[in-house]
Amino acid sequence: MSDDQQLRVSKITEGTVIDHVTGGQALNVLAILGIDGSGGEEVSIGMNVPSERLGRKDVVKVEGRELSQDEVDVLSLIAPAATINIVRDYDVVEKHRVERPGEVVGVLQCPNRNCITTKDEPVDSRFAVLEEGVRCAYCDTIIRESIADHIHVD
Amino acid sequence: MPQDHIISAKHLSRADIESVLDRAAEIAADPDAVADRHDGKLLGTLFFEPSTRTKMSFTAAMKRLGGDIVDMGPVDQSSVKKGESLADTVRVVEGYADALVMRHPLEGSAKMASEFVDVPLINAGDGAGQHPTQTLLDLYTIRESAGFDDLTVGIMGDLKYGRTVHSLAHALTTFDAQQHFVSPESLKLPRGVRYDLHEAGASMREHTDLDEVLDSLDVLYVTRIQAERFPDEDEYRKVAGEYQIDAETLEAAKDDLVVMHPLPRVDEIAPDVDETDHARYFEQAHNGVPVRMALLDLILEGNL
Repeated sequence: MSDDQQLRVSKITEGTVIDHVTGGQALNVLAILGIDGSGGEEVSIGMNVPSERLGRKDVVKVEGRELSQDEVDVLSLIAPAATINIVRDYDVVEKHRVERPGEVVGVLQCPNRNCITTKDEPVDSRFAVLEEGVRCAYCDTIIRESIADHIHVD
Repeated sequence: MPQDHIISAKHLSRADIESVLDRAAEIAADPDAVADRHDGKLLGTLFFEPSTRTKMSFTAAMKRLGGDIVDMGPVDQSSVKKGESLADTVRVVEGYADALVMRHPLEGSAKMASEFVDVPLINAGDGAGQHPTQTLLDLYTIRESAGFDDLTVGIMGDLKYGRTVHSLAHALTTFDAQQHFVSPESLKLPRGVRYDLHEAGASMREHTDLDEVLDSLDVLYVTRIQAERFPDEDEYRKVAGEYQIDAETLEAAKDDLVVMHPLPRVDEIAPDVDETDHARYFEQAHNGVPVRMALLDLILEGNL
């Protein structure tokens, strides 16, 4: 992380820094994490900050929270270049890039209103991850654009 | 590989399809030989939306194999009316039957239902999704009438919502058929089906005008364009009128063109076509019985 950026976003003590998020996607990252501010989470965001690798990038820092694999999987769909930094006692103890999963379960809502997964049935949504976009395993609907709009947060 | 359930034509290999068609031909040649074959076996039929041909031909097929059916009856007289989930309904009904056949108005319903049962479940239509057993009888009809060698098929009408079209298009990729899709712009194949055809390396082209391809076709598969797919009646009439055929239209076709339709038709095939050598749709509907007998036989024996 550059010095420039550290001026914008303060360090955290324990938690996760999600770096190299595609510019403009930070709020969608928070949506994936189910954070809307009402739960009192301590969050810092940098949006569209200059990045050597991406041109512009977003950075999301969440205090006191480590991400689950499911969350990282979905994150990879909207921010394929993201890096996840786990911070404990001010130090980055783990750092890894996101990897695109084979499928994502229970996170996206199928946009096809006639899909069985959108009804009151005991079944999680299930999307296969394609090279470009995702595809409902039940009704075959493909989502290519604005995947984040289909994130289903209870 | 044994198949527990028949959910989508996408999951049927050429070998699977040919084993059903071969068995259907054997049964059609000597139906008496299988008259008691599944004596005492029960097929559960769950039709959450109306069906004439599919339901009657499955019923006839099971009875002609010596078995019987237990039917859920109309939705408005069933536990579904009380708000029971589909998952619960199929979990209960599987205890009454050796196999299930289900039609449901929602896409993906058959796949989901199959995840909750241990007996084989056959998809008899899931919304605008798939209708794999119709495809098997369509393929049987094509094999009997035109053969699979160097086959060019035109599929016309409502390609977006037509589940018989989706299943047939998937299956034809396993026979290396050339496929021409003819429809109004607003009713083109859905993205999911197009994606699969490209992945399968299918030879396919899309058209808005039948005249562009009619003279190259061995088979023309016509489907109904429904009024409710259009914002208003005038628009529907205008568009649907362009995808109707009559005997005069077919003068430009090959002499041995085979015209098929999953039925019911409304006015997309004029009655004067019925009298031509092209018409094969009633024979196609009759093929539903031997093909479904073959499928049930193979499934109940665990041979598919």
